[in-house]
Amino acid sequence: MEPKIRFQNVSYFYGDRPALRDVTLDIPPNAITVVFGPAGGGKTTLLRLINRLNDEVEGTRMTGRVLLDGQDVYAPGVDVPRLRRRVGMVFALPLPLPGTVRENVLYGPKLAGIRDRARLEEILERSLRLAALWDEVKDRLDDPASRLSGGQQQRLCIARSLALEPEVLLLDEPTSGLDPISTGKVEEALQQLKHQYTIVIVPHSVQQAARVADYAAFFLMGELVECQPGRDLFTTPRDRRTEDYITGRFG
Amino acid sequence: MGKPEFLSRPSHPRWGEFVIESTIRVLAFSSIGFVILIFFFLVREGIPIFWEISPENLFGTRWYPTFGLFGTLPLILGSLLVTVTAILIALPLGVATAVFVREVAPNWAREILKPMIEILAGIPSVVLGFFGMTVVAPLVREVLGAPTGLTAFTGALILAYMALPTIISVAEDALDAVPKSYRDAGLAMGATQWQTIWRVVVPAARSGIVTAVMLGLGRAIGETMAVMMVTGNAARMPLTLDSLFRPVRTMTATIAAEMGEVAQGSVHYHALFGIGIILFVITFIINAMAAVTIFKKPRRGGLR
Amino acid sequence: MINRYQVQRLGFILLGVISLIVVLPILFVVGNIVVQGIGAINWEFLTAMPHGGMKEGGIFPAIVGTLLLVLGTAVVAIPVGIGGAIYLAEYARDTFWTRTLRLAIINLAGVPSVVYGLFGLGLFVLFLQFGTSVLAGSLTLAIMTLPVIISTAEEALRAVPGEFRLVSASLGGTRWQGIRHIVLPQALPGIITGIILGLLRAAGETAPILFTAAAFYLPRIPRSLLEPTMALPYHLYVISTQVPGMPPRVQYGTALVLLTIVLSMNAVAAIIRSYFRRRREW
Ligand SMILES: Nc1ncnc2c1ncn2[C@@H]1O[C@H](COP(=O)(O)OP(=O)(O)OP(=O)(O)O)[C@@H](O)[C@H]1O
Ligand SMILES: [Mg+2]
Repeated sequence: MEPKIRFQNVSYFYGDRPALRDVTLDIPPNAITVVFGPAGGGKTTLLRLINRLNDEVEGTRMTGRVLLDGQDVYAPGVDVPRLRRRVGMVFALPLPLPGTVRENVLYGPKLAGIRDRARLEEILERSLRLAALWDEVKDRLDDPASRLSGGQQQRLCIARSLALEPEVLLLDEPTSGLDPISTGKVEEALQQLKHQYTIVIVPHSVQQAARVADYAAFFLMGELVECQPGRDLFTTPRDRRTEDYITGRFG
Repeated sequence: MGKPEFLSRPSHPRWGEFVIESTIRVLAFSSIGFVILIFFFLVREGIPIFWEISPENLFGTRWYPTFGLFGTLPLILGSLLVTVTAILIALPLGVATAVFVREVAPNWAREILKPMIEILAGIPSVVLGFFGMTVVAPLVREVLGAPTGLTAFTGALILAYMALPTIISVAEDALDAVPKSYRDAGLAMGATQWQTIWRVVVPAARSGIVTAVMLGLGRAIGETMAVMMVTGNAARMPLTLDSLFRPVRTMTATIAAEMGEVAQGSVHYHALFGIGIILFVITFIINAMAAVTIFKKPRRGGLR
Repeated sequence: MINRYQVQRLGFILLGVISLIVVLPILFVVGNIVVQGIGAINWEFLTAMPHGGMKEGGIFPAIVGTLLLVLGTAVVAIPVGIGGAIYLAEYARDTFWTRTLRLAIINLAGVPSVVYGLFGLGLFVLFLQFGTSVLAGSLTLAIMTLPVIISTAEEALRAVPGEFRLVSASLGGTRWQGIRHIVLPQALPGIITGIILGLLRAAGETAPILFTAAAFYLPRIPRSLLEPTMALPYHLYVISTQVPGMPPRVQYGTALVLLTIVLSMNAVAAIIRSYFRRRREW
C-alpha cells in the first residue's frame, strides 16, 4: 500500500543542534501511527515538518524530503495554507481561539472561502459529532469556547481541525492536560476517525501509545530507532533501547 | 484522492494580501524616512551658518543676533545647567517612587500613585509653564529674596517633574525585571526587605535605571515651552555658582522665541536651524545610547 | 541604638514621603487650575470669538483649531502608526534593517518638539509651500505622534499569545488572515489606548505648531486646510506671556479647557485599558 506520508532521509537542525537525524519513515493511510520516545527526541519537530508549521522558526535547516501522497511538501510553489488544510493539527494544550464554539469550528472553513450558511451549519454539526462533542455542546454553540471544560476544549480543537475535512490529523500529546475520563473520550473519538483519516499522534505515555497504536515509531535523540505495527513493537521490540524504554528501565 | 495539482499555488494569487503586506512594510519603513527627512531639512536650512560666520563667533560666549553675534555657548551651557539640575532632582525622587510603588506600597497606595503619575505625564508643557510662571516663580523669588523668580532653578524644578513619569516608568520596568529569586536569596540570608531592596534589587536594576536617566535627560533637554516660560531667557554665560538662581536661556527656548521674528534665509534664521542641528544630534546620541539597553530585552510575540 | 527593623520602618516611611512629594504638586497644579479657572467657564467663553485684544469674548477658534489639528494628526498618524506596529510585531525578523527601523523610531520619540517645529517649517511650510497652515501643523504633529502610537500598539500586539497565530496558521490561515481575524481584534483596546495617548500629546503640544500652524490672533474658523489657525496651547502661551494686562481669569480658563480636554482623553484611555483587561479571555 502507498504510504500517505513519507519521510526520506530527513535531518533537521535548530541552529547547529540536530533535532532529527536522517529519518526515513513511512506513515500508512487510515491508521493510527504513534510517534513516541523520551522528551526532546524530535517528535514535535517531526509533526510540524509535515504541515510546515516550523517554516516561521528562524535559524533552522532541513535536508531530505517530506512527501504527502508522493508529492514533496517543501517543493517550490507549494501553497502552504492549502497544505495545512489537508493536514490538520491538534496541540498539546487545548488552544481555543477567542470567540464562541461556533466561531472556533468555522474559523478554518470561513478562511477557506466557504460562505454558504447552510453548508457552514452542516460542517459545524458534522465536525462536532466526529469529535464526539456534539451532544455536550449543541446548546452552547454561541458560548465562549473558553467556558468549556479542558477535555471539551481539546475535542473542540479536534473538531476545528476536522471542519476542514483534512486527510491527515496530527496530534501532539493531545491529552497531556486532561483527566483520564476526558482522555478516554478523545481516544475513543480517534478510534472512530482512523477509518477515514491518517492519524499521527504523539502520546503522553507509553500506556497510551500501546493502547492506540496501529503502528508505532520510537524516537530517541532525533533518531528513528524502529518502526513496527503496534502489537509487535510493544510485545517484541527489535531494538534493546526500545525495550528498555517501554519496560520503564530507561532514564 | 489523487488530485495531482493539490499542493500548487491557488488558482488566483493572493493579490489583496500582497498589497496589504507591502503597504504595511512601506508604512513601517517610512519612519526611517522621517528621521532622514528631519535631519536633511535641518541641515538644508541650518548648514550655511557654519560658513556665514566664523567658528569663534558661533561658539563664542555672546548671543546678540542684532549685533551679528551668534555665540551658542551660553545657550548650550544654559540647556546643560537646567537639564542636569532637573535630572539631579528627578533621579532620587523618581527611583524612590519607583521603589515605593514596586516594592513597598500597599495596593491602595499604588492604585492612587500610578494614575497620578499618568496624569502628570499628560499635562501639556505649556500648562506646566503657566503654572510655573504664576505660582512657582513668585515662590522661588520670595524664598530666595531674588529680584526675579524666573531662574534656571525654577526651570529645573518644572523640568524635573516633567521628566519624572519617564524615569519612574522605566525604573519600574527595570525593578520588575529583577528575578524574584534575587529577592528571596536576600531575604533567606537574613536581610530585611529594606536591605534586600538597596543591596540586591536596585543594584540588579542598575542598567535599567541608567536607561531611565538617559531617557529623562533626552526628554528634559528637548523640553521647550515650560522652560521658555519660567527661566527668564537671559542669554548669559552661567559660569558662577549663583547662576542657578539667575535667569538663563536654553537652546530650545531660543529657537521657539526667535524663529517667529526672523527673515527666512537670514543669518539669524540659519543660526536657529544650526541650534536645531545641535539639539537633534545631542538627543540622537542620548536616545541611541538608551536604545542599546532596550535592544537587549527579549521580545515575545510573532508566529511561534 | 535602633535595630534594623526600625531602620526598615523609617526607610519605608521616607519612601512614602518622597512619593507624596512627587504626587502632591500634581494634585496642586490640577487643583489650582480648576479652582481658578472654573469661574471663567461659561457658554460664551467656550463658543464665542475672542475680542477686545483677546481679553474678552471666548476661545472658540482656539478650541476648534486644536480639534482640527488633532483630527489631521489622527488621519495621518493612525494608519502609519498601526502599519508600523503590525510590521514590527508580526513581520519583522531580527535583521539590520529592522534594527535600523527600531533605532529610527526610538529617535523619532526623542526628537525635541521644537525641532519638529523647525522640520515642519523647512519641509511643509517652505519646501512644499503649504504655508503656515492646519495641513503643515497636522503633518508635523503626526510625525511627532507616530512613535507613541507605534510603540504602544506594538506592545498590544505582542501581548496577544503567540499560540493564536500558530493555531490560525495550522488551520490554513495565511499570516495576514491570522493578524486580521485574531490578533488585531484582540489587540484593539491596547491599540486604541496608544492612539489616544499619542493624540493627547499632539493636542497639548505648542512648540511643533509655533512656526507651522499657529496664528497669534485669528478670530474665525480656518476656511481651508491651507489656512493657519488658533490653537489652545499656543493661545495659552500667547495670553500668558505676550499680552500684557491679561486678566488671570481668561488665562486660567484657557488652561482649564486645555487640561480638561487632555485629561479626559487620558481617562478614556485608562478606562478602555482596564475594562478590556478584565474582559479578555487569556
Ligand atoms: N524552536 C526551537 N528552537 C531551538 N531548539 C528547539 C526548538 N524546538 C525544539 N528544539 C530542540 O529540538 C529538540 C527536539 O525538540 P522537540 O520539541 O521536537 O522534541 P519532542 O520529542 O517533541 O520533546 P517533548 O517530548 O519534550 O515534547 C530538542 O532538543 C529541543 O530542545
Ligand atoms: Mg513535543
